[in-house]
Amino acid sequence: MSAPHLLAKDFNEEAPGLGLFQWKPLFHVGPFAVAKPIVLCLIVMIVIVAFFWAAFAKPKLVPRGVQNVGEVLYMFVRDEIARPFLGKDAEKWMRLIVPLFFFVWLGNLMSVIPIAQFPVNSRIAFPMVLALLVYATFWVVGVKHQGFFGLLKNATMPPDLPWPLYILVIPIEFASTFLLRPFTHAVRLFANMFAGHLLVALFATVGFHFLFEKLTPLGAPVGILGVILTIFMTAFELFVQAVQAYVFALLAAFYISAGLYADH
Amino acid sequence: MYLAQHASGLLAAEEKNPNPLLPDAAEMIVGIFAFLVVLFFLGKVLIPRIQKALEERTDAIEGGIKRAEEAQAEAQRTLEQYQTQLAEARQEAARIREEAREQGAQIIAELRDQAQAEAQRLVDQAHTQIDADRQLAFTQLRTEIGELAIELAGRIVGESLEDEARRRGTVDRFLDELEDRARAGA
Repeated sequence: MSAPHLLAKDFNEEAPGLGLFQWKPLFHVGPFAVAKPIVLCLIVMIVIVAFFWAAFAKPKLVPRGVQNVGEVLYMFVRDEIARPFLGKDAEKWMRLIVPLFFFVWLGNLMSVIPIAQFPVNSRIAFPMVLALLVYATFWVVGVKHQGFFGLLKNATMPPDLPWPLYILVIPIEFASTFLLRPFTHAVRLFANMFAGHLLVALFATVGFHFLFEKLTPLGAPVGILGVILTIFMTAFELFVQAVQAYVFALLAAFYISAGLYADH
Repeated sequence: MYLAQHASGLLAAEEKNPNPLLPDAAEMIVGIFAFLVVLFFLGKVLIPRIQKALEERTDAIEGGIKRAEEAQAEAQRTLEQYQTQLAEARQEAARIREEAREQGAQIIAELRDQAQAEAQRLVDQAHTQIDADRQLAFTQLRTEIGELAIELAGRIVGESLEDEARRRGTVDRFLDELEDRARAGA
């Protein structure tokens, strides 16, 4: 009998699954249940506002302390996300992209904060409202700068194609730009956080199970492997959290630029 | 249906396998609220401030560089001016020295000429004096020689030949002849 087989048999009843993402309501406000993700989301809000208030409330010409940190983060978002897509309009749109990036990133980061230990964005509702907000912005900006039909035409009809290709291209481009975009935008972030959290929880459970709950000579190495992988996955998650926040903000900048400029 | 259930708080946390792709209404509301709060503080207040500060810093740095360049150019101009002035002063000094040397040489030459002229004058004066003295001595000598000769001849002859000799100009003639002879002999 192999160890994985043993493992699977013992593990079945307590393997972390979708229940991991369901929290008991802490209390109710009217018809709404307030659970841990909501509390974490509000903490994220407070932390971001507090940090940037400390950094930028009274900006000095020669930066000190928190302002330095804030400026490094701000300039990262400006130079790596906003400027490549929005060029001269980057400064204006930084006011949307900076909050987006940090709201997503801190929400993700909650996954590795002790006690919190839950990525806010692994609940689809949070990425979804952000993606819908970006989608709405794309529409408003697009109609304003290109007109309703201009936006449809520029988004679905890439220039210089032989006409038969348009039969194929127009439906594909229309679906990807106007129908699937907010969905893929939100799900990409949600799925990454969801899967990452599940993996970390799985390895942590393996470690806990084989080293504390059922310590056996055969199971102990598996438990140690579980602990090592938990540490490794947590480090990897830190990386993925930042990358996903970056990608989310990058796509937001890209979608807004698609609304602003016709030549995409 | 999920939404409605959740909204009414009917969904138990223990329920297995809920669809994770269905958003929770309360979370959506809180999510949009929290994000709008962040958007308000960062987008309306804090980011404009840091953008202004960054812009001012850029201006300050660019202005500082510009001022430094101006100061450097100014220093360069002043240095050139000083160097020009120094070169001019050196030239002026050289010119003054040269002038002084020329003037000195001139003064020396003038003084030498004056001294020579003075010496010449003194020599000429001395010559004139000597000539005059000689002429005088000669005239006196001639008169005295005449008188002595006449007196001597008178004594020899025994009578006074003075008047006679004077009358006839004998002595003078004799002396003239002597002179002529001497001149011819010379």
